[in-house]
Amino acid sequence: MPDSEVLLRVEHLTKNYETPQGVVEAIGDLTFDVRRGELACIVGPSGAGKTTLLKCIAGLLSPTSGVIELDGVPVTSPPPKMALVFQEYGRSLFPWLTVAANVGLPLKNQGLSRDRRRELVERTLESVGLGGVGGKHPWQLSGGMQQRVAIARAVAYGPEILVMDEPFAAVDAQTRADLEDLVRTLWSRLGVTVLFVTHDIDESVYLGQRVLVLSSAPTFVQEDVAIDLPAERDQLSTRADPRFTELRTHIYSQIQLAKRGNSATTVKEN
Amino acid sequence: MSRPITARRRALESVAYALAFPAALIALWAGSALITPNRFFPGPARVMEAFVSTWLTDAFVVDVLPSLVRLALGIVLSIVLGISLGAVIGSFWVARSFLEPILEFFRAIPPPVLIPVLMLLLGITDEMKIVVIVSGAIWPVLLNTIEGVRAIDPVMRETAATYHLTRGSRVFSLVLPGAAPQIMAGVRQSLSVALILMVISEMFASSSGLGYRISYFQRNYLIAEMWSGIVLLGLIGIALSLIFQAAERVVLAWYHGLKEIERA
Repeated sequence: MPDSEVLLRVEHLTKNYETPQGVVEAIGDLTFDVRRGELACIVGPSGAGKTTLLKCIAGLLSPTSGVIELDGVPVTSPPPKMALVFQEYGRSLFPWLTVAANVGLPLKNQGLSRDRRRELVERTLESVGLGGVGGKHPWQLSGGMQQRVAIARAVAYGPEILVMDEPFAAVDAQTRADLEDLVRTLWSRLGVTVLFVTHDIDESVYLGQRVLVLSSAPTFVQEDVAIDLPAERDQLSTRADPRFTELRTHIYSQIQLAKRGNSATTVKEN
Repeated sequence: MSRPITARRRALESVAYALAFPAALIALWAGSALITPNRFFPGPARVMEAFVSTWLTDAFVVDVLPSLVRLALGIVLSIVLGISLGAVIGSFWVARSFLEPILEFFRAIPPPVLIPVLMLLLGITDEMKIVVIVSGAIWPVLLNTIEGVRAIDPVMRETAATYHLTRGSRVFSLVLPGAAPQIMAGVRQSLSVALILMVISEMFASSSGLGYRISYFQRNYLIAEMWSGIVLLGLIGIALSLIFQAAERVVLAWYHGLKEIERA
């Protein structure tokens, strides 16, 4: 793989937190690349430092050591070509703004005319299945629809890489399936790179071209699994595919290993 | 059961309840004035009479209106200064650690003690009275704004950072609306402080104004007239509170809607 195809490079990333009880090692030693146009999932047990990793990638936290590069440029503050979808949509959307204003707000910095902005907002809302709700406030919508607003905001921003932090953890199963398909659709239509973090193994296999399995803290990449399922995915047939079952079983056992690794170190520390 | 009728009935009922207690108090007052007449505590009829003859005359233009203008200017200045200073202090850690001890000091000073000094500095002027009002009424707005700005959800701040919101968007679409519920709580407190200081500033050093009139009546044993001035102050207080509630309904419409959904 030639280097120019790498969009996001994470190399020997470590992150320690200083607490009154001493130093906590959140991320041990993480190294991985995400290629341009790829849909990569990161899955790991709870407490694996997934959110810490994302905050480092998003330039919201500075790592203790190691390098993060986006398009060859070291990330030291939030990079301009990245859009983030947070897990807590209710805390990330501004409740005092309408849906359309929420989506349009980041565009004010992009030198678009008011009309162009409105048009882009409308089109994006339609593309996530929210045509006609632009005038409502986020809290008037269901959780799943609110997360669609957050996705629309990220997509309208026109990023090269879309980073999603357990975005569907708080919505019900049916809505979740719809949103997963939405992510697949947007990804293939826009050609954007997607880094999707989840604790749900099935979700990671269903969505990803590749699943990075993280160990528990201090985190490293336990395994890098290529998902060789057909590109056309469908909630019924893909999940019924024997290969899907094989992959999820494999990843599940990897995560169990990771958890055991954690309990072993805990015992050692005690 | 049709909804609009019950809603209207409920509105009527709440108006009736709101008026019932004041009516009972006035009746009690009238009764006690009849049974045990007291020179310093005339009955409601006498006070009402004094109200009409004292305030619904030129005095409204000479005394009441200037007071109200100073009150309004004092309130507006307190709100504008309180919010802008509060937003800056709340946003920047350095400003906070730099200014907070000083703020505690100034906040502890009761504004009336400043009146003699301000009289020397500014003279017995409208400016002096407005400064007195602001010196007390700014604190609830300022401190609540600082708190409100600090309490803005970190996820929202991270959102603003990752999406590179413009400085203007951050101030007017994140910081101010995010702190608005707290700011409005501060404004509500400021209104009553402002009213008190308006009266006090006029009692000390003035030859016109509501506060001056009331203390003039006191000194000249015009007891019913004095009471009518106190009634007028109460009515101004009610008017302020109604204006505030109307403004709050507009400014915090999203907040009340959100709370309603969360409660459901």
